[in-house]
Amino acid sequence: MADLKQPNGVQIDLISAARMDGLASMEKIRLILDGVRDGNIVILEEGLSPDEESKLIEVTMTEISPDEFNGIEIETYPRSETADASFLDRLMGRESTNKLTVIGPANQIETLHKDETIIQTLVSRK
Amino acid sequence: MGLLTDLKSSVSRAVSSLFSDEDPKRIGIYGPPNAGKTTLANRIARDWTEHGDAVGPESHVPHETRRARRKENVEIERDGKTVTIDVVDTPGVTTKVDYTEFLEHDMEKEDAVRRSREATEGVAEAMHWLREDVDGVIYVLDSTEDPFTQVNTMLIGIIESQDLPVLILANKIDREDSSVKRIRNAFPQHETIPLSALEGDNMDEVYDKIAEYFG
Repeated sequence: MADLKQPNGVQIDLISAARMDGLASMEKIRLILDGVRDGNIVILEEGLSPDEESKLIEVTMTEISPDEFNGIEIETYPRSETADASFLDRLMGRESTNKLTVIGPANQIETLHKDETIIQTLVSRK
Repeated sequence: MGLLTDLKSSVSRAVSSLFSDEDPKRIGIYGPPNAGKTTLANRIARDWTEHGDAVGPESHVPHETRRARRKENVEIERDGKTVTIDVVDTPGVTTKVDYTEFLEHDMEKEDAVRRSREATEGVAEAMHWLREDVDGVIYVLDSTEDPFTQVNTMLIGIIESQDLPVLILANKIDREDSSVKRIRNAFPQHETIPLSALEGDNMDEVYDKIAEYFG
């Protein structure tokens, strides 16, 4: 992705569901982590599947390095009970994961408030 | 020929009972750092294994457990029946590890950096166990902390997506600021059992539920 960062600014990558749709799980994780490791805030129109979230945590852990990369902060809207996919839905591959997701470097992003309708974060420069 | 078929089928039954039904289920103890997972694993081991050896060292410093540890063949007796499980104590799951936080616990930089490296490997290992190697999950939460964190939400989602049976434990009820209700409200789709693994409070109900969920 082209680096559009301005001096003293924070780059935000808003990634559409269409862009993510064509990617394999590891490609999605790479796209996210490459952005975050560059100090960008990555916003996904649709979130990751539980399996991809699990892999994201695993890969993030392997990349943490003292004084360089402390890991990620990730926030999605909490799943409301009514929005939960039923067992039948999951069986039929109709699991809904379309939750807007914000991911950033752990040392630059802090969640101020989160509920089912709003995520408020404080983003600082490097 | 009939005899051979009979023999084959009894061997196959014996093999299947050896490797499936009789195999103890592997129950992973998961949760965020410092929730009391190892304290619980040690209490289960002390209560139900012959020598009562500890599963691992307990500490108030986060990421004391940096390797998944398995205690095999823990036989829990409930209502005249015995439930055999393998208890897997896992490192606390997080999305970030900052070695400078360990410096606040009177640690030298070199030790803090090593601890953080081991902690990251441990979290990756725990996630791998969750995807591949556990048959059920005991999810331990510190009832004095806000349960509505992203890590808890993600992990419960991951566990649910794999259709693993999960028992949520609200630990540290011996503390004044404990709130079991807050945990029940955060995960209403699951049963929450209060306990103090440190003091041994309400362990009878915990063992009843372990037998019910994983027996």
